[in-house]
Amino acid sequence: MEDMFGSDDSRTRYPTTLEPEPAQQDDGAVRKPVAPQPQPQIEPQAFGGPLILTVADVDQLIRRLGADGRTVIGPKVDGPVIGYQPIGGAADLPSGWGDEQGPGHYRLRRRDDDALFGYALAPTSWKRYVFPARSELFRARREDGALAITTIPPARPRYAFIGMRACEIAALDVQRRVFMRPEAPDPTYAANTQDMFVVAVSCGSPAATCFCVSAGTGPEASGGYDIRLTEVNSTPNSPDHYFVANAGTQAGADVLAQLACKPASDSETGAATQIVQAAATAIGQGVKLDDVHELLARNRENPRWDDVAARCLSCGNCTMSCPTCFCSDVVDENPIGDDGVVRARVWASCFGVSYSQMHGGNARTSTSSRYRQWLTHKMSTWVDQFDVSGCVGCGRCITTCPVGIDIRTELEAIRATDTATKYPESVRPQTDEGLAT
Amino acid sequence: MGQSGIDAWGARTVTTSRPTLAVWKFSSCDGCQLTLLDCEDEILGLSEAIDIAYFLEAGHDRVDQMYDVSLVEGSITTAHDAERIREVRAASRKLVTIGACATSGGIQALRNSADVQEFTSIVYAHPEFIKTLETSTGIADHVPVDLELRGCPISRTQLLEAISALLAGRTPRLPSYSVCQECKQAGNACVLVASGTPCLGPVTQAGCHSLCPSIGRGCFGCFGPSESANTAALTEQLRRVGTNDRDIERSFSTFNVNAPEFRTAALALYPIQSPRRGSE
Repeated sequence: MEDMFGSDDSRTRYPTTLEPEPAQQDDGAVRKPVAPQPQPQIEPQAFGGPLILTVADVDQLIRRLGADGRTVIGPKVDGPVIGYQPIGGAADLPSGWGDEQGPGHYRLRRRDDDALFGYALAPTSWKRYVFPARSELFRARREDGALAITTIPPARPRYAFIGMRACEIAALDVQRRVFMRPEAPDPTYAANTQDMFVVAVSCGSPAATCFCVSAGTGPEASGGYDIRLTEVNSTPNSPDHYFVANAGTQAGADVLAQLACKPASDSETGAATQIVQAAATAIGQGVKLDDVHELLARNRENPRWDDVAARCLSCGNCTMSCPTCFCSDVVDENPIGDDGVVRARVWASCFGVSYSQMHGGNARTSTSSRYRQWLTHKMSTWVDQFDVSGCVGCGRCITTCPVGIDIRTELEAIRATDTATKYPESVRPQTDEGLAT
Repeated sequence: MGQSGIDAWGARTVTTSRPTLAVWKFSSCDGCQLTLLDCEDEILGLSEAIDIAYFLEAGHDRVDQMYDVSLVEGSITTAHDAERIREVRAASRKLVTIGACATSGGIQALRNSADVQEFTSIVYAHPEFIKTLETSTGIADHVPVDLELRGCPISRTQLLEAISALLAGRTPRLPSYSVCQECKQAGNACVLVASGTPCLGPVTQAGCHSLCPSIGRGCFGCFGPSESANTAALTEQLRRVGTNDRDIERSFSTFNVNAPEFRTAALALYPIQSPRRGSE
């Protein structure tokens, strides 16, 4: 891996591989879903005290990152939504726009102020930048009767992501655990994330679909950022429009130093803290997640799966918009009249029937089994697989479900009708200690 | 693969071993056939790789021979069509239907739930000259079909994929999942969610690269039903965003009205046959 990208850098913030996880202690206790947490956690003031940025400073920040050769991606009004798009300055940001999100519902809303980040989050995630919907893996060509394979090195876009929410940074951590396992680090994901610069923006206007507090990921990023901003705008105590900025890395501190900003006063940092606290209160502990690992594992035969299947369209919107869903298909494409073939990786969804097609038949022919697979993997078996929950509480699957299926409601319904299905004796799985109960 | 032959004029002897391709037309508008001519960048490579032996739209005349691949456009609407498609099947190693007409009967299948005699009496000055079947049906209702390309019209990309796969002897990649998957991969926000725009994408088969939602319009289902299309759940949601039953019924009653999933969805809203004509 070291050779693939040269050795011209000191990108150690986002490790290409994970440290081996300590062996899981099996003490018989209920295993709680592990909240995704960006690594490393950043100590407050580790890279200097908080600073104050104006709107003009934010503009300068974006321009400097662009001038540094980075592809700067940030929120921008894109048709009927806010999307994460290439931006050139603060003028591209959705000034004065907020969003209204609910199950199967999204609307842009005019705010009564000119907040730059006054929305909850975009309905499409950052995923397509770090894990593109289609990436070419290699080309093969028939030459003198043999197959000549040309690898396609992934592009290194040097992204700067402006306005990442805490849940979205947590999603990067989940993806890192998936894509950067030591035994098989993914070159595409590595190339897209190794050099990225993250400007986190704490949440001030969460949506009704947000449940990061329950998931333990937000509303303020505790790590995984170069710079973290909290936007203060027209609150009773602080009539000015400013941003409280914290550096999370030396790179972030260096960029902030170029802006020559004044240090934040106690009242200014206090106003920022209030905003985050108000957001946390608004989001609330809306959904109980600490028992879902066991709950879903023992409810494979719960009749609720059929109930949700009657409403589910199997369209795959939830998996496509989920910032952690990582499934892909590998396809060969050969142009007519050409001996060559391109092998590409494309997004796949477990809601597609062919996803579960294998030799001898299809493992999941019903929508009921596919929905169960998705939710159970996301919130339960993901923990077994990657030692972290696959859900960061961003609520995108709720907003972008065309029929408004709400996983919080589905979890509650399953808990309310907990069937506590036991394995029949004949199929009870073996563990080291003997039969599981 | 590849059959030598002589064209109808005796002027051109086909000695190549290239696979032969024929394009056949039944009841249709020619739009899907024209997709082949629309392959501007690929048409030369295509004509080098295959021998386009019968294609009216490109000026070829008929060659009496066995074809390696037949592309069939259009639906079966007359007794003559029903006979002719058997001849085409018998002369084709692989038969590929192209477009909504050939795969499900097309827009003309609206007649299937109406009185054809009444239609002909309204449309034609001399309806007694019109000999037509009571129904418009897809090719697979009459003969075995090897591959279906959906759409009104078909996608150029899918046509090239199907031909290149047949030439290479591999399975073509023609996903049967929903338009939503392509739409989200394209980076679009959902038009139904974000604008309340009625959209059939969640129950429609992918393959168009989410053409309509990508420009902010709802999918009108021209690729026909996706695998496990849940039209009942989508109907409920379309009602919730304020679409009236009449419009929902109409949205399912277009190019793929005769596809079972869409027909069932339309009939669930208006079970009485033939309500469309005369009331407006």
